[in-house]
Amino acid sequence: MNKYLLYPGCSMDSSAKAYMESLNSIVEPLDLHLEEIEDWNCCGATEYLGINLIPAYSLIARNLALAAKQTDSTRTVVAPCSACYLNLAKADYYMQERPTLGAKVNEALAAGGLEYKAGMLDVRHLIDVLVYDVGLDAIRKAVTHPLSGLKVVPYMGCMLPRPDYQHRWSDHEHPTELDDLLRALGADVIDYPLTTSCCGGHMTQIGPETAFELIHRLVSDADERGAQMMVTVCPMCQMNIDAYQNEMNHFFGTDFHMPILFFTQLMGLAFGKEPGEVGIGVELVSSRNALAHIGVEVPVTQEPAAPRKKDEGLPMPRRWTKHEGKKEAVK
Amino acid sequence: MTERVGVYVCHCGSNIAGTVDVVDVANWAAEKLGRQGVIIAREYKFMCSSLGQELIEKDIKELGLTRVVVAACSPHLHEKTFRTAAKNAGLNPYLVELASIREQVSWVHSDKAVATAKAKAVVSGAVSRVIENRPLEEIKVPINPNTLVVGGGIAGIQSALEIANAGFHVYLVEREPSIGGHMAQFDKTFPTLDCSACILTPRMVEAGTHPNITLLTWSEVTNVAGYVGNFHVTIKKKARFINEELCTGCGICQEKCPKKVIDDVYEAGLGYRKAVYTPFAQAVPNFPVMDKENCTYFIKGTCKACEKFCPTGAIDFNQQDEMLHIDVGNIVLATGYDLFDARRVSNYGYGRLPNVFTSLEFERLSNAAGPTAGNIVLRDGKTVPKNVGIIHCVGSRDKNFNNYCSVICCMQGLKFAHLVHERTGATVYNFYIDMRTAYKAYDEFYQRVLEEGTLFVRGKVAEVTDAARNEREKGRLIIQVEDTLAGKQRRIPVDMVILSSGLQPRADAKEVGKLFGISCSMDGWFTEKHPKLDPVATMTEGIYIVGCAQGPKDIPSSVAQGAAASARVLDKILQKEVALEPIKASVDSALCSGCRICNGLCPFNAITFIEDDKVTEINPALCQGCGTCVAACPAGAISGTGFSNEQIIAQIDGLMMKNLEPVEA
Amino acid sequence: MPHMTDERVRAGMTREEDLSLLNEVSMKTAGVSHLEMCIQCGTCGGSCPVAADMDHTPRMLFAMLRAGMREEVLRSNTPWLCVSCYHCVVRCPQEVHIADVMYTLKGMAIHAKLYTDSTAPHFSQTFVGMVETFGRGYELGLATRHYLRHFPLRLPGMMPMGLGMISKGRMAITPKRIKHMDQLTKILDRAKELELTS
Repeated sequence: MNKYLLYPGCSMDSSAKAYMESLNSIVEPLDLHLEEIEDWNCCGATEYLGINLIPAYSLIARNLALAAKQTDSTRTVVAPCSACYLNLAKADYYMQERPTLGAKVNEALAAGGLEYKAGMLDVRHLIDVLVYDVGLDAIRKAVTHPLSGLKVVPYMGCMLPRPDYQHRWSDHEHPTELDDLLRALGADVIDYPLTTSCCGGHMTQIGPETAFELIHRLVSDADERGAQMMVTVCPMCQMNIDAYQNEMNHFFGTDFHMPILFFTQLMGLAFGKEPGEVGIGVELVSSRNALAHIGVEVPVTQEPAAPRKKDEGLPMPRRWTKHEGKKEAVK
Repeated sequence: MTERVGVYVCHCGSNIAGTVDVVDVANWAAEKLGRQGVIIAREYKFMCSSLGQELIEKDIKELGLTRVVVAACSPHLHEKTFRTAAKNAGLNPYLVELASIREQVSWVHSDKAVATAKAKAVVSGAVSRVIENRPLEEIKVPINPNTLVVGGGIAGIQSALEIANAGFHVYLVEREPSIGGHMAQFDKTFPTLDCSACILTPRMVEAGTHPNITLLTWSEVTNVAGYVGNFHVTIKKKARFINEELCTGCGICQEKCPKKVIDDVYEAGLGYRKAVYTPFAQAVPNFPVMDKENCTYFIKGTCKACEKFCPTGAIDFNQQDEMLHIDVGNIVLATGYDLFDARRVSNYGYGRLPNVFTSLEFERLSNAAGPTAGNIVLRDGKTVPKNVGIIHCVGSRDKNFNNYCSVICCMQGLKFAHLVHERTGATVYNFYIDMRTAYKAYDEFYQRVLEEGTLFVRGKVAEVTDAARNEREKGRLIIQVEDTLAGKQRRIPVDMVILSSGLQPRADAKEVGKLFGISCSMDGWFTEKHPKLDPVATMTEGIYIVGCAQGPKDIPSSVAQGAAASARVLDKILQKEVALEPIKASVDSALCSGCRICNGLCPFNAITFIEDDKVTEINPALCQGCGTCVAACPAGAISGTGFSNEQIIAQIDGLMMKNLEPVEA
Repeated sequence: MPHMTDERVRAGMTREEDLSLLNEVSMKTAGVSHLEMCIQCGTCGGSCPVAADMDHTPRMLFAMLRAGMREEVLRSNTPWLCVSCYHCVVRCPQEVHIADVMYTLKGMAIHAKLYTDSTAPHFSQTFVGMVETFGRGYELGLATRHYLRHFPLRLPGMMPMGLGMISKGRMAITPKRIKHMDQLTKILDRAKELELTS
């Protein structure tokens, strides 16, 4: 049994509710136990840090302090949102790197009767625990409806593998965790060089033209590579690419129709859940056509054809990964 | 007997005097350490100068000093200087003690009052200690005139040839099947663009045929015992599965061998070899080796194509690894470097994007004897690039990878630019942070490459990607970089990217260092005795380091170091004997309980257990005075001359200023 | 060891007058900034996905910090365009905490009222206002307030998206409030006092 403390983050019951619903649908098949942090508050996203240092870190640290009170069976906090994950991890790390920051934040927490000893929690992202704790083998075993024939680009986003204070990811630029997981579900995973490029973050709000440019780069490259959909691990990425795609098309005079779903939604489908159970249908760019390619009711078992033997040309070096020791993370 | 101690405090220019009040220290010593026997304390600008030394010599003679303390730099630098001065004045050199008030005081503190107080304590400790010093005599041992050179790259070859030409015997050990090293992989050498093979192979042949050189390729050193003048070395000569007496090097076995293997070493992964192979045509020696891991016979038990076709019956599948034992007086380590693994810079795409090449791959690509016969083409094996980007500082000057400058990469990048331009006419971009061309005729080469029309962009490349944003970029590699001189981000589409990868220590440098009893720097390169004045010697007498094993360097510097180390070796050989430090451990058998704890600890195998007497003994000829056993002995039965318990305790008392307290009756 | 220079900077031991601005930014940055270690290689400016819209690349901004050009730095749009993607941070060969320095510069610009375009600062402040009131983000309130103030003309175009989000249940009409808002308020009030004294 895998037990974790859950920090859902604000978007999980609004803009990213499909993420929450689909997450709820996979906890049972994977024997995951998520205990929500009591009365958690917003992490401040990317906004508070740019105004005041101590309040911004105190806001984040209140969540850590609350989590620290619930560590009876686990000290691992799981965040499904990349921005939340980064903020929690960052506060934990910087409170240690700069002890003066840690002391001041604790002074502020004390005003609310709380305290947090930096380093006492493990802050991890949902996909991290799914790949490295639950494991791809267990995930593969839970698959009843493989996604064979669904051409996806894995979109990790930027805040997840970077800056990576605790060296959790296979690479900062081209991590393979999401690729591996989607492959375990049976999907046709397209190598996506922009997998950790930025979706624009809050620029959709403050400099839309800048954001449209970034969204355009991501969507057009995914389209160019023949993707039927993008798959994400982050509510902000999903929001920007889904909700602003229409405006982006308008701005550039393009006509992309690139659905983007959460990886948990595809896990749910592969585990035999109904589209309605995993929040399919609330996306603004519909995934209906893309999902038609796999006809989710029909289990497809098709061995991928072996790559054609290439005899000419010069040999390629082996691909690099930072922790070759970590099972399954490596292609 | 009361000792008569002289204390000499050095200013070292402003090195010490800038932070320590040296006059105060000298006056204090004269005043407060009188009870300890200090009869004179002086300070002087440079104690190590001849005038400074004369000061000491004069005092020894005129004041009848029996002990000397010099408060100056670390003993590493000038212990010998002052010991010699004492000797010249008739005092046993081991009655001189150095108090390090530079490395351990002035260089590590900024507060003058605190530093001065600490300097006094260090001087006080040295005074207390020197009183417990005993006169010692140097031990002289004969030097074995044979030399071991480890590593057959250009530095090792040079070193071996210099010694062999002087008439002394050299064992040249090389791990790979042939000598030649990295230089044998190159096509051209900067800045003169000499053909690398043309200048290297004559040296290889000379080393291979020299009557004074025993060439041991496909061999590795597995054990080293002994000390300067008398090293005992064990070498594993790996089975070649070729009888060297019978083999003529005709090459038929390679031709007939059905097993093709990617050659990760000589061809840098860009070409193939057979399971039985000589890495290249001019290999020395030209006997092939059989790669057991890949040979079909060894894997499946059948094949033996090589044996069937060998005209002289030289194939021997039963050959075993051999252990050779040799005695040498000196050892030169020329173990070279590894190329930085460019896959680690994942934003440059090596290993993911086919047309990103490393520097060694490009060397093979441009080499007439390489996999493409010198045609510079993309990884499809045929397309000639129209635009090529060369990225400098890959893995170097980067805290994420190696923090140091790899020295050769700028010139290497310029050489590549020239070769691409000359052979393909392609437009070439060089991306650099700082252009480092500091050596004879190097900057002139930069000028030449500029004249040829190579485009230079000052900026560390951010990424190489195949994610195109427009038609112009489609199907190309895009180099994204801030052109820092223009202050703008640029995206430059090219067909081929060459990574001017840095150099790094051999993956096994730490273990090799341990084997030979030398240390590595923080970066992993072997540490020289002195970075400026003794760059080829190490802290272990009789062990020298040359070429890239000591740090990144180009061919001229590697050759110079190879020769320099040989001069040092010849100097030792011609002295015929070597004086060993008389600092040795000895066992007081009355105290030894025979527990044998020390037995396994000695790194020099100097300790034996005498079964009959149930006590341990130390062989003074083998003991190097490292002190391991002294510290380990639970009975306190082992003590080291020069580091006796009396000396150490006296020094600690001195440091604590206990010697200042009134002596109780 | 790598922190030594920074410690020295913080201890005020560097002598160059010009470094006072750089020191100030370093002091106000979470973690150890390593700003003084910048070698002007341009990795940040090359990596930045929005460099084209910046008036100065991050690298240039750091050179300006070193030169003590306070006003020019705080007026720059560069920190406000930073999307916190951390590409520059992981690639920087000198381990400069670039993204965190950008946060610091935003805060300094707000305090000095030196930003030129108010869209971004107002967005941040509106967001923070919501969080300080409810303890949670409130997307609808944030979006309407922000768009009314800064992009009133874009609002009609945004309507289909907004309605889509609401009708699909992805945007709550009313804000959620945490249980112990009083506790959070106390913490933030104390934190603000501490910020002033630092």
